[in-house]
Amino acid sequence: MAYLDLSGLQKSFGANQVVKSFDLGIAKGEFVSLLGPSGCGKTTVLRMVAGFETPTAGAIRIDGQEVTGLRPNQRNIGMVFQAYALFPNLTVAQNVGFGLKIAGVSAAETAARVAEMLTLIGLPEMGARYPFQLSGGQQQRVALARALAPRPRVLLLDEPLSALDAKIRVSLRSEIRDIQRKLGITTIFVTHDQEEALSMSDRVVVMNGGRAEQVGAPFEIYNHPKTRFVAQFVGTLNTLDAIVTDAAQGEVTVQGQPLRLPQAIATAKGASVGLALRPEVVHLEADAAQISRGDFALPARIAAVDFLGAVIRVKADTAAGVIALDLFNRPDAPPPPVGAEVALRFRGQDVIVLA
Amino acid sequence: MKRFLAWATIGLAVVYFFLPLLGMLEFSLKMRRGAYSLDAYRSVIGDPQFQATFGYSVLMACLTIIFGVLVVVPTVFWVRLKLPRLRPVMEFITLLTLVIPPIVIVFGYIRLFNTSSWLPLTGSTFGTDILLICGYAVLSLPYMYRAVDTGLAAIDLATLTEAAQSLGAGWITVLARVILPNVLVAVLSGAFLTFAIVIGEYVFAALLDRPAFGPYLVWAGGNKAYEPAALAVITFALTWACMLLIQLATKFSQHTRSPR
Repeated sequence: MAYLDLSGLQKSFGANQVVKSFDLGIAKGEFVSLLGPSGCGKTTVLRMVAGFETPTAGAIRIDGQEVTGLRPNQRNIGMVFQAYALFPNLTVAQNVGFGLKIAGVSAAETAARVAEMLTLIGLPEMGARYPFQLSGGQQQRVALARALAPRPRVLLLDEPLSALDAKIRVSLRSEIRDIQRKLGITTIFVTHDQEEALSMSDRVVVMNGGRAEQVGAPFEIYNHPKTRFVAQFVGTLNTLDAIVTDAAQGEVTVQGQPLRLPQAIATAKGASVGLALRPEVVHLEADAAQISRGDFALPARIAAVDFLGAVIRVKADTAAGVIALDLFNRPDAPPPPVGAEVALRFRGQDVIVLA
Repeated sequence: MKRFLAWATIGLAVVYFFLPLLGMLEFSLKMRRGAYSLDAYRSVIGDPQFQATFGYSVLMACLTIIFGVLVVVPTVFWVRLKLPRLRPVMEFITLLTLVIPPIVIVFGYIRLFNTSSWLPLTGSTFGTDILLICGYAVLSLPYMYRAVDTGLAAIDLATLTEAAQSLGAGWITVLARVILPNVLVAVLSGAFLTFAIVIGEYVFAALLDRPAFGPYLVWAGGNKAYEPAALAVITFALTWACMLLIQLATKFSQHTRSPR
C-alpha cells in the first residue's frame, strides 16, 4: 500500500467540480509533481491533502491512517507556500522553531533543531535576522526549513519557486531536491512549470480539467505521452496530419510521402491521424538529396531563428505547416539564414501518434 | 503667487486652530493675580475628585480597550478570512455608532438592562461598569474596527494563517502568536483612539451615574474659573500624547518594513 494514498478525491465549489475522481498513490520518500495549467485542480488537490479544503468525496490516508477528517494542525504535514508566508514579527530562528514551540518541544531541543535546519539550508548565520532582511530565495529556504523542522510525515510545496527570478529558481530547485533526498521525505510539488516538474520529480502527474491525464516518470511523460493534452502540454510539439495506409504495419503518408511508424495504429485504413514530433528529433539538412532512404524528408524554408544560448530554435515553413526544431549551438557552424531553402529530416520511430 | 496663497492658507488654518488653544493655555496660567503660574494645574491635580474620576476613567479606558480588542480582532479576522461577503455589513454596523447619538444608545441600555429587566445590569455598581465598558466599546467601534481592518489588509492573512496551521497551530494560537503581533501597530492605533474617546466621554457616564472624568470636567466647568481651562489643556495633552504614541509605535515596529 502507498504511504500517501489519495483515493477517489473529488472537490466541488458550488456547481463547479474542480477535482473529478483523483486517485494517486505515493511511496514513502517519493517526490511527485502535480503539473498542469491554471485551473486544472492541482492546487486544490494539494490543499485537500494539507486539510485546507474538505473533499466532496474520497479519502486521504497517510501511512494507513485516514486523515480526511482531520484539521490541518492535526495532520503533521509541512507546507511551503508560493508567497513564502514567513511570520514577519519573528526572526528566522523563531520562524524555523515555530512548529516545535507549538508542539511543546523543549527550548534546548528546539535550538538544536533550528541550528540543524539552518545549516541544512545553508543559512547558519541568519538566525537573528527578520524576514524583511532576506532576499526572496533566502526567505523561501527559511520557509522550507520551517516546514521541515517539526519532522512532518509529508512535505507539500505549492509553487514555491514561482515568485523567484530565473537564476535563483534553477539553483533552488536542485537544492530542494537534494534536501528532499537527504531527508527522504515524501513530497508533493505543485507547479505549472514543466521544466521544474521534469527535472525534480521521481514521478509527474499531468492534470487537466480536474483529472490526472497521465502519471509517470519524467522520461515516460515526455517521450511517451498517452493523450494529446499531455503531448501538447509537456514540452514543445510539432503536429502533422497523416493518412493511414496500413494500420497493422503502422504505415501512413504525410504530404503524399510514405512514413513507417514503430507501432500499429488503432484506426482504419484511409483515416486521418495526428502525428507529433519533438523539436529535438527533427534535423536540418541543406539538401533533401542527402537524406537517406529510411528517413522522412520534408522540403522547408527557414522562417525564424531564435538564438537561446546553448540551443538555437529554428522555425521552418513546410507544406505540412510550421515545424520547430532545435540545434545545438556550435561556434563553427552558424544557423541558416531566414529564407534559406532546406530539408527537414526525421525518423518514423521518433514520431508520437496522438490519441 | 500660487505658493504665497498656499502658505497664507496654511497660516490662516494654524491661527484658526492654535489661537484659541493659546488663549486657553494663557488663561489657565493666570490664576495668580498679576503673574503666570501653574496654580490652576496644582489645584486640579491636587483635587481628590480629579484623581478619583481620572483614575476611574483610565481604568475604564483600559478595560474597554481589552474588551474591544477581544471582540474586534477575532471578528475582523474571521470576516476577512471566511466571510468576506459580510464586510459591507460590518462596515455599516460599525458606522451606526456615528449616526445614532450616544444618548439614544444609553437610554436603550437603561431600558434593556434596568433592575426590572431579564439582565438587571444597572442594579449594581459592577453591572453598571460592565454596561459602561460595553457602551464605550460601541462608541469606539468605528475607530477600532477600521484600525484593525486596515492592519489585517496589510498582511497576507490567509497564507499566514494556513502556514501557522500547517505547523500545528490551532485558531487561538494563530490569533495570539501570528495575527495579533502582526497587526499590533494597528491595534495600538485603535487603542489610543479608544483611550482618547473614553477619557472625555460625558453622556454614558453621566446617565449611568458613574464617577468618570467627563462628568467631572462638566462639573468643574460650571463651578470653577481657571481649573476648567487647565483641565482642557490636560485633556488635549493626553490626546496628543496618544497620537504621538501611535506614530512612535509605527516607527519602531521593525518587522513591518517592506521587504527588500
